[in-house]
Amino acid sequence: MTIVVEGVSHRFQNLDVLSDVSFTVGNNEVFAIVGPSGCGKSTLLSIIGGLIEPTAGHVHVGGLSRDALNPLTFVFQDFALLPWRSVAGNVRLPLEHRDLAPAEMQAFVADALQRTGLTDFADAYPKQLSGGMRQRVGIARALAVKPPILLMDEPLSALDGQTREILMEDLSRLLTSTHLSALYVTHNLDEALRLADRIAVFSRRPGALREIIEIPIPRGERTHAGSVAELASLRDHLWSLIRNEAIEAEREVAHV
Amino acid sequence: MSEADARLAPVRFRGRGFIITPRWYGSLAAFVIIIAVWQAAGSFGWASPLFLPSPLAILRALIALTASGELAGHIAASAVRIGVGWALGTAAGLAVGLAMGLWGLARSIGISVVSALFPIPKIALLPLLILWLGIGEPSKIATIALGVFFPTVIATYSGVDSVPRTLIRMAQSFDLPFPAIVRKIVIPAALPSILSGFRISASIALLLVVSAEMIGADRGIGAFVLQAGNLMQTDQLLAGVVVLSVFGLIVAKVIGLLEARLLAWR
Repeated sequence: MTIVVEGVSHRFQNLDVLSDVSFTVGNNEVFAIVGPSGCGKSTLLSIIGGLIEPTAGHVHVGGLSRDALNPLTFVFQDFALLPWRSVAGNVRLPLEHRDLAPAEMQAFVADALQRTGLTDFADAYPKQLSGGMRQRVGIARALAVKPPILLMDEPLSALDGQTREILMEDLSRLLTSTHLSALYVTHNLDEALRLADRIAVFSRRPGALREIIEIPIPRGERTHAGSVAELASLRDHLWSLIRNEAIEAEREVAHV
Repeated sequence: MSEADARLAPVRFRGRGFIITPRWYGSLAAFVIIIAVWQAAGSFGWASPLFLPSPLAILRALIALTASGELAGHIAASAVRIGVGWALGTAAGLAVGLAMGLWGLARSIGISVVSALFPIPKIALLPLLILWLGIGEPSKIATIALGVFFPTVIATYSGVDSVPRTLIRMAQSFDLPFPAIVRKIVIPAALPSILSGFRISASIALLLVVSAEMIGADRGIGAFVLQAGNLMQTDQLLAGVVVLSVFGLIVAKVIGLLEARLLAWR
């Protein structure tokens, strides 16, 4: 499964949001996108997911299997759960319009709930769950369609620090065990360093690709003591690329 | 640290008030006091029974009207008019409000038309509707339907308009077809606003049925109240008002139950 982004630019009314972005995401690769506020990270993800038409450029997906129900599947920052549906009902939603037998659909839902540790919460409603559990439902819903590519738009940013840490561990395990490709948009450099194989650093608006950094440490070893120094050095480098632009972007937002 | 600073003093509680805790006995006590004072005014001759009959006199009138079957006939006539008028106005209002919430052209047309026609008191159109549809049931039902239509349109449209965009994008990202998005996302998310609209439209329907019956009917609670007033039968007049009040309470209760059932997730 590969994603090829070619010369994507986007203009929203009078605002240039993205400028000539090109990159390729390989098979089973987790590709993080970081950059200052308003640099068009989420817009790019929506373009890749087919929710926004770019002003220029193309996105292609290659190596899709025929039985992929929803090849490009989003996990949303604010979970996007239906409060009137139970956990199982939310997870079932993307399967209901597919040509699946009831037993098959039930099996898909049960599998997604089991993989996210939600089996015991199938009948609960979103309002009864904590933020972390709600995002698990969002992830379970995405996994239910067995997607080859996950598009994750700041999936942990609405969570508190401890919950974020726990979910980051789970996501790391999940991404490794399921062999998914993923695009992971985040503000948080530590999340990117923990989960991604490569990190794309974007400049401030109009967002353009500045640099792609490869993380040479296997995902499973990044919490080991021996990796701390190398990760810290990578983090410093990432921050040096973003810092000044993040400050300028913040001032720009304040002036709007 | 100075000597004064070293002394420990309890922190003064400043968070009193502005926390509203309803008292269950409040409404009961209010009703009991009002009815007791009202009854005393009748029993002790403080008020003329012709102008303000006592609660007991009203109760006796209610019992007599119920026993004779007269009240049931008037209630049935009003209930049919409200039921048919409300259902027609609501169905049309839901369809138009949904269209305005979903399609740009429908919104552009609908907003200008609704803004122009909504403020017109619908009872003012009854004479015109009588000319068009005759003095019988259709003109009264049409008046109620028109009165119900506009608030339903506004409640439905604003409910659809306020559906979180992220839910729609989520559904689109899973390739849900348009009808499925409307049925599974838009309508359930707009339901709280639609049901609030039902409360308003039900009150308007009650108001309009009474007004329409006072203008052009010989059956129905409105006609009965007007007739009782003309004959100075104030105990029967107020009996009719009590029936209207109970009618309103029943409608509110039904909508409350509907909300409790359909919006349990809130």
